[in-house]
Amino acid sequence: MIHELTCIGCPLGCALKVETDGAGAVVSVTGNTCKRGEDYGRREVTAPVRTVTSTVAVTGGKEPVVPVRTRTDIPKGKIFDCMAAIRQAKVQAPVAIGDVVLADAAGTGVDVVAAKAVEAR
Amino acid sequence: MKREIVIIGGGPAGLAAAIAAKEAGAQDVLILEREQELGGILNQCIHNGFGLHTFKEELTGPEYAARYIERAKALNIPALLGATVIDLGRENGALTVTFVSRSEGLVRMEAGAVVLCMGCRERPRGALNTPGTRPAGIFSAGTAQRLVNREGYLPGREVVILGSGDIGLIMARRMTLEGAKVKCVAELQPYSGGLKRNIVQCLDDYGIPLKLSHTVVDIRGKERVEGVTIAAVDDHLKPIPGTEEDIPCDTLLLSVGLIPENELSRQVGVEISPATNGPAVNESLETSIPGVFACGNVLHVHDLVDYVSEEAAQAGRNAARFVAGEIGSASDDSVKLIPGGMARYTVPVSVSPRRMAEQLTVRFRVKDTVRGGVIRVLVDGEEKLRRRRPVMAPGEMEQAVLKKEWFAGGEKQIEIWAGKEE
Repeated sequence: MIHELTCIGCPLGCALKVETDGAGAVVSVTGNTCKRGEDYGRREVTAPVRTVTSTVAVTGGKEPVVPVRTRTDIPKGKIFDCMAAIRQAKVQAPVAIGDVVLADAAGTGVDVVAAKAVEAR
Repeated sequence: MKREIVIIGGGPAGLAAAIAAKEAGAQDVLILEREQELGGILNQCIHNGFGLHTFKEELTGPEYAARYIERAKALNIPALLGATVIDLGRENGALTVTFVSRSEGLVRMEAGAVVLCMGCRERPRGALNTPGTRPAGIFSAGTAQRLVNREGYLPGREVVILGSGDIGLIMARRMTLEGAKVKCVAELQPYSGGLKRNIVQCLDDYGIPLKLSHTVVDIRGKERVEGVTIAAVDDHLKPIPGTEEDIPCDTLLLSVGLIPENELSRQVGVEISPATNGPAVNESLETSIPGVFACGNVLHVHDLVDYVSEEAAQAGRNAARFVAGEIGSASDDSVKLIPGGMARYTVPVSVSPRRMAEQLTVRFRVKDTVRGGVIRVLVDGEEKLRRRRPVMAPGEMEQAVLKKEWFAGGEKQIEIWAGKEE
C-alpha cells in the first residue's frame, strides 16, 4: 500500500510516498529530501507522534499563564489526554525555561516543561 | 542626546539586528520596544517549529526569543521597554527618533543609523467589506492568539475561520486543543496562504475541513455572533449564488493577510514598494534614505522567523558598517533587480556589485502556484543560475543567491525569473 503524506519535519513540506507491505511494515520512503523526512514517513504510517504545546495557569506571577511544551514528541493518540492533564495543572511563579510543569504527562513518559520564564509578582 | 544605532522594535528582527550590529563593532546600540518585554510576536507563538534553520532544533516561539534575548543581554545591549516611537525625521542631515515612555517621558534623540524592525499588522475586518452585523465575537487570528496564549482566555466555543494564513491554521489547532469546535477554515483563493505542514498538523490532524475558493458572505448576530454564511467563489473570486451555506457559530476569526507596519518609515519619507508594502531596499537592506535600514516583517512578510533573523543580522551589520563609514553613501554602480515570469517582487530591489558581499540572498514570492517550476537569474539577459523547484506557492517565500563574480561592471539589470520549466 502507498501512503501519500506531506512531511511536517520542516517548512519545505516535502510530498512523501511511503510504501507498506501487507503487515503494515514500511518497505520504502520516497520524495523526502533529508533523513528527517524518512524518519517522519516511517513513523507517520506506523506510530505517529506530535509535540504538544499549550499554556498552564501561573499563580503569583507577573503573567497569568506560561507557555509549555512536551519535552519531546508523544503518540498522536495521546494528545487530548495530555491536554486534559495540562488544563488541570498549575504552577507557582517564578518559573524558568525548562522547569518541569507536569511529569510523565498522561502516562506518555514525557514531561511537560515551561517554554518561557515568568517572574514572581 | 545622540545614539550611534537605534533599533525600532525588539522582536525577532530587532534583536538579531542589534546583536549583529554590536558584534560587528558598533559601540552604542539601543533597542526601543513599545511592549513591556522583548521578543515581539514570538511571545504569543507558543507552538513549535521555530529555529530548525538557526539552531537545528524545533523550538517554541518564546524559546526562540529567549536565545536572542540572552545573547543581547550578554552583549550589554540596552533596551528601553514601554517606549513607543512616535516620530522618525531628518534635521540638518541627521536622523532623529522621538519616543514616549512612562519612565522617560517624551524623548527626542539623534541617531547615526536607524534599523526599522516594526514588524507587521493583521489586515482587519474593515479591509474585507464583508456584509453583516457588527456583533462581538469577530477577532483577527492574532488577537485570538494573544487572548488564548498570553492572557488565558478562550474567546469562543464554536468557531469559523476565514483565511488560511499560518496564524489562522495555528489557531484552528489551538482552539481545538482548548476545547472549542472549529467548524471550518474558508479560503477565498484556490490555494492556502499557509505552509503545507500547517495544513497537515493543524487541520488534517483534527479533521477540520479547509474550504478552498470559499468566503464569508454574511455575519449574523446582534450582541454576539450567531452564525456566518459561507459561499463558493468563481474564478473572479465573486460568490456563486446558490452555493450559500449557513454555519452556526459564536466566533469568527480572520486570518486574511499581514501588512508591513510602515507608518514611521513613511513619516521620514522612505520609498515604499507597492508590491511588498515595505521599504524598497538595496543590497545592504538600506532604504531610500541613507542610514535607515529595514529588515524582518516591516520589509516584507516572512513565513519563517529563521529567515527574519538572518535578514536582520545582515541589516544590523550594515548599519554598523554605515556608522563606521565603511559603506559610504549609495553607490552609482547600482544594478536594478526586476521580478520576471511568476515572480511578484524581489527584496532587495537593487544591487551595487561594489558594495555587495561575495554572495547575496534575494528573496521573492510567486504570484500563483507553479508546478514543475524553475528559478532563473539573468544578468542583462544572460542566464547565470538555473534551479529546479518542483512546487512554488504564493504562501512560501523563495530565494536565489547572487554571486559577486557575475559582475564585471556596467551591468544594467538582473532578472529573477520564476515559472514553469519550458
